[in-house]
Amino acid sequence: MMRPVRNYLFFLWRCARNAFNGDWRYYTWMGVLSVFCLLGINAYARQFAHGLMTTGMSDEVSWGVYIANFTFLVGVAAAAVMMVIPVYVYNNEELHDLVIFGELLAVAAILMCLAFVTVDLGRPDRFWHLIPGIGQFNFPASMLSWDVLVLNGYLVLNLHICGYLLYSRYQGRKPSKWFYIPFVFVAIFWAVSIHTVTAFLYVGLGGRPFWNSAIVGPRFLASAFTAGPALIILALQIIRRVTDYHITDRALLTLRSIVQVSMLINVFLLANEVFKEFYSGNLHVASSKYLFIGLHGYHALVPWIWTAIGFNLTAMVLLVLPVSRSLRWLNVTCVLSITGIWIEKGMGLVVPGFIPTPLGEMIEYNPSLNETLICFGIWSFGLLCYTIFLRMAVPILQGRLVAPGVTPLASAHAKS
Amino acid sequence: MNANQPNANAKVPMEAGLSRRNFLRNSAVFASGLAALAASLAPLRELEDFPSMDQFLQKYYKELTPEEMAKVLKRIEDEVERQYSLRPHVRDLKPLAGVEYVYALNLTRCIGCRKCVHACVAENNQSRTPEIQYIRVLRLPHGSLDLEKAEHNYNPEAVPEKGYFYMPVQCQQCKNPPCVKVCPVHATWQEPDGITVIDYNWCIGCRYCEAACPYWARRFNFAQPSLPKERLNLDMSYLGNRPRARGVMEKCHFCLQRTRAGRYPACVEVCPVGARKFGNILDPNSEVAYILHNKRVFIQLKEEMGTSPRFFYYFDV
Repeated sequence: MMRPVRNYLFFLWRCARNAFNGDWRYYTWMGVLSVFCLLGINAYARQFAHGLMTTGMSDEVSWGVYIANFTFLVGVAAAAVMMVIPVYVYNNEELHDLVIFGELLAVAAILMCLAFVTVDLGRPDRFWHLIPGIGQFNFPASMLSWDVLVLNGYLVLNLHICGYLLYSRYQGRKPSKWFYIPFVFVAIFWAVSIHTVTAFLYVGLGGRPFWNSAIVGPRFLASAFTAGPALIILALQIIRRVTDYHITDRALLTLRSIVQVSMLINVFLLANEVFKEFYSGNLHVASSKYLFIGLHGYHALVPWIWTAIGFNLTAMVLLVLPVSRSLRWLNVTCVLSITGIWIEKGMGLVVPGFIPTPLGEMIEYNPSLNETLICFGIWSFGLLCYTIFLRMAVPILQGRLVAPGVTPLASAHAKS
Repeated sequence: MNANQPNANAKVPMEAGLSRRNFLRNSAVFASGLAALAASLAPLRELEDFPSMDQFLQKYYKELTPEEMAKVLKRIEDEVERQYSLRPHVRDLKPLAGVEYVYALNLTRCIGCRKCVHACVAENNQSRTPEIQYIRVLRLPHGSLDLEKAEHNYNPEAVPEKGYFYMPVQCQQCKNPPCVKVCPVHATWQEPDGITVIDYNWCIGCRYCEAACPYWARRFNFAQPSLPKERLNLDMSYLGNRPRARGVMEKCHFCLQRTRAGRYPACVEVCPVGARKFGNILDPNSEVAYILHNKRVFIQLKEEMGTSPRFFYYFDV
């Protein structure tokens, strides 16, 4: 009985050892991330001591960059599914082992999401009020309670799938299909649900016409399935460069076609939204006017949204042209898509929903330095987690990290 | 250990590297990491309102037994006394049977003097720095209810001004309140007398209700609220005007520490032109029942939201 537990703990210990050892480049990278994490912790300690007045938020604009980043990252987490579907539904062998990298990215993204929500709370000490059973969980009425469930559920699902596959590989066993295939299919639907529920957080508010639109959900999914795989394309190339893990160009190009289609849909849906808002010309267009052209002399977001639209359109054109088959151009395209969507979905969606206020007042929002440091801290924390996960996963997948006494399975991805 | 070395089956490679030098080096790295973490946490020393164990573990309002409630009320009195050196009287006033409150505001009469705003702040122990107010008076140009044309910061020599009318907005005590629906922890709910209340000790400060409210009626304590001790109103209620903490929501509650004891809200009492009417709609002889039955025009703000406010605006016609 104790033996499997001991073996598993030994496995975790070896993984941890692996994560804390490397060459100078690895130490530098981890060191820089740690410094940013500490700066973020320092900024959060200040916010914890003095309250959310340390942020740029106000009663007028009561959500800011925390919730904006949260929304973006839920999309990144959901996008892991865009690698799972080709592999498990269409049996794409090219992406098979790479699915793990996508799912580990999802785990890191969910951890960042949870951190962003937590730093946004006025009373993080009362966190336990949210725990079903001991707290008062307003389910199913509150969309936020749905979000708590689906995000934590998605975290557990992905941890199980990655953890099980990696541990099987470590033990030199073929994973039993019954132990993970059902979860993979649940995770596919679950991924769509996390982003839909997050969209419904906004859509469900009748008092905010800018968000109260049925197209927000589909737009969320389209933009997530653009930015997420784009991020994975970049991540895979970095993995390929800094480790000797073999990743084919064809795998990257498969992901490119996903980004391509999603970006077209994303831009199309944006155009739909813009048409509906501006052509009918009713009074509810105020927030959109503020976002796209400025309102009553206030236009803090105008340069941002046009940058985002410029990036998205350029990326779309590049994606349609054959030039993005070359990795250099593909990378440019990915960076443009990720930045464009981050702006559009973060600042471009969350902030204008609050401007003007329901009573017609114009108050703008600018994140404070402290708030920005916390954001950088959480992003660094996420990258730190992802790096550690990869540091554990790559040697296992290559068959270099195996249980004592086990002959490693032959791996297609270990270069000799 | 060397991660790039192919794994030898018999021996686990990483144990090999555990020498005395490595141990010392790792310890030094670990210690400096801890020191850096401790240094980054330094701002926590400025924390003044760290929750006590009793505060941290306090149960949900609706689950408190009368004995537990008595203890909580006494603890809150102690807390206020510690902060302001004045002993308040904190009660837990329950809704009265057979009562549903309704508010009616006469837009023909309101002159925009903002006396209601000040009376509300004084009655409900709102924070003075930073400033929190439950009532916002809008100045609108003649003939339009388009709130985007509202001026919030009007500041003339004298009111009323020609060509404008005034519309005070506060919590509309909706029959179908979006704020209650979205709260993830049931920290805000509607009482049988129609007042939507907040358990300030249960709110987690996510501000989802603030985003959901179509009337911009909710306020968040971004900082530690503070008011001069000589301005403290010592007649307090748990769900009403007791001092709030940092990081929680608050809003108008129809002065329940007064109304549930048979008095008028402060804003009604102070209004110099009699524009504000308040009463029990279930009582056919009440003033509000008369207004809703006999005034030809009255409106619920943003009626199309389906929130069904208990706050009615009417005209003298």
